[in-house]
Amino acid sequence: MKPAEFYQRDREWHPPALTPDYKTSVSRSPQYALISLQGSPSEITGPVFGQNDIDPVDNDLIKNYAQPGEGPIGERIILHGRVLDENGRPVPGTLVELWQANAGGRYRHKKDTYLAPIDLNFGGCGRTLTDENGYYYFRTVKPGAYPWRNWVNSWRPAHIHMSIFGSGFAQRLITQCYFEGDPLIHKCPIVNTIPDPDAIDQLIARLDMNATIPLDSIAYKFDIVLRGRRSTLFENRLEGN
Amino acid sequence: MPQELNYLKETPSQTAGPYVHIGLAPGAAGFDIYKQELGWDIAGPNAKGERIRVEGVVVDGTGSPVKDVLLEAWQANSEGVFAHPEDSRDVENGFRGWGRVITDFETGEWGFDTVKPGASPARGGTLAAPHINLWVVARGINVGLNTRLYFDDEPEANAKDAVLNLIEWEKRRATLIAKRSERDGKVLYRFDIKIQGEDETVFFDI
Repeated sequence: MKPAEFYQRDREWHPPALTPDYKTSVSRSPQYALISLQGSPSEITGPVFGQNDIDPVDNDLIKNYAQPGEGPIGERIILHGRVLDENGRPVPGTLVELWQANAGGRYRHKKDTYLAPIDLNFGGCGRTLTDENGYYYFRTVKPGAYPWRNWVNSWRPAHIHMSIFGSGFAQRLITQCYFEGDPLIHKCPIVNTIPDPDAIDQLIARLDMNATIPLDSIAYKFDIVLRGRRSTLFENRLEGN
Repeated sequence: MPQELNYLKETPSQTAGPYVHIGLAPGAAGFDIYKQELGWDIAGPNAKGERIRVEGVVVDGTGSPVKDVLLEAWQANSEGVFAHPEDSRDVENGFRGWGRVITDFETGEWGFDTVKPGASPARGGTLAAPHINLWVVARGINVGLNTRLYFDDEPEANAKDAVLNLIEWEKRRATLIAKRSERDGKVLYRFDIKIQGEDETVFFDI
């Protein structure tokens, strides 16, 4: 096994565990410090996915749960971008999954009791593999904002949850994609778990007129950056090397 | 002004939120959308080694079960090989080594079937004691929590494991050791995760 490690995660760029304005984090945050590990095969390797794992329609949320000849109600959008590492290199063949509420802010989940209705033609989840250039795209409807029980009057900005694998378990990441210009973004206690405003900006998809399909769908671009990797290692004697 | 390094920054993490199941385990959440759900079968039908079941619950700082958790497991096969191109050795056909489970919405219990992993390569040419890497996400968890499950019937390997020995508080190492028992003739390991408070599970920055 080739020795190569991922760059250390910048824990001051990510949100800390305890962020009291996001109330659920208070009882769900470890109090002891994390124990820091240097990379070993357990962290450097991770699951591998292929085209056999998914269906081609899985990245099309306009179609993947709709009745034949019908489609969901809402603003039709393309969400696309590249998965890169911190060196700016594409991450090809990696699994990208997403889930979201419908145009009214309602999730198709039995625990969601918000009074906005379910859309019969919208499931709200999708998945795809990046191509050889690290590129991915989804077609969906823009999700609506929804209220949640945090403060008395808290509303999540429109967002799409995204899950990305990379090539090693240490790159595993779940995040949320927001939309340019949404005035709810900077009011949100979950967004504001992130201390650095530049880091928050990294989660805001940009309106991408060049990728918009005239008379069909608006496009947003959202690039995702996973941890980069050293090509040389200071400790040069891992097992098998 | 010094030069710029020109690295990109890693995309910041956000909580998986309360509805992670519809995205990552829709079938398990009772939502039929994909032909094939990923992560239900960690070891596959051909895996050698001892078939085991792992069960547990994730508990918050108040001692209450966390009922909206999603866990992912990553492990080597019974010979300590990871199903990954950088591991030069082969695994059994169908062995993936990766799985994901959600908790029961009423009880918070989770569990998965797999094979017990073998000792796998660690740093410096040493071997890691058999272990399963776990990643825990849920509402209220801003960055997924990494931990490791070790086995209580591997005391000698555990005593030499470099990662366990990194934990200077010996008492805390016990939070990573799953307890073996049998049920209906099947081998069962119990592994409860305590996110916060007394006997808080050790989590890693990997």
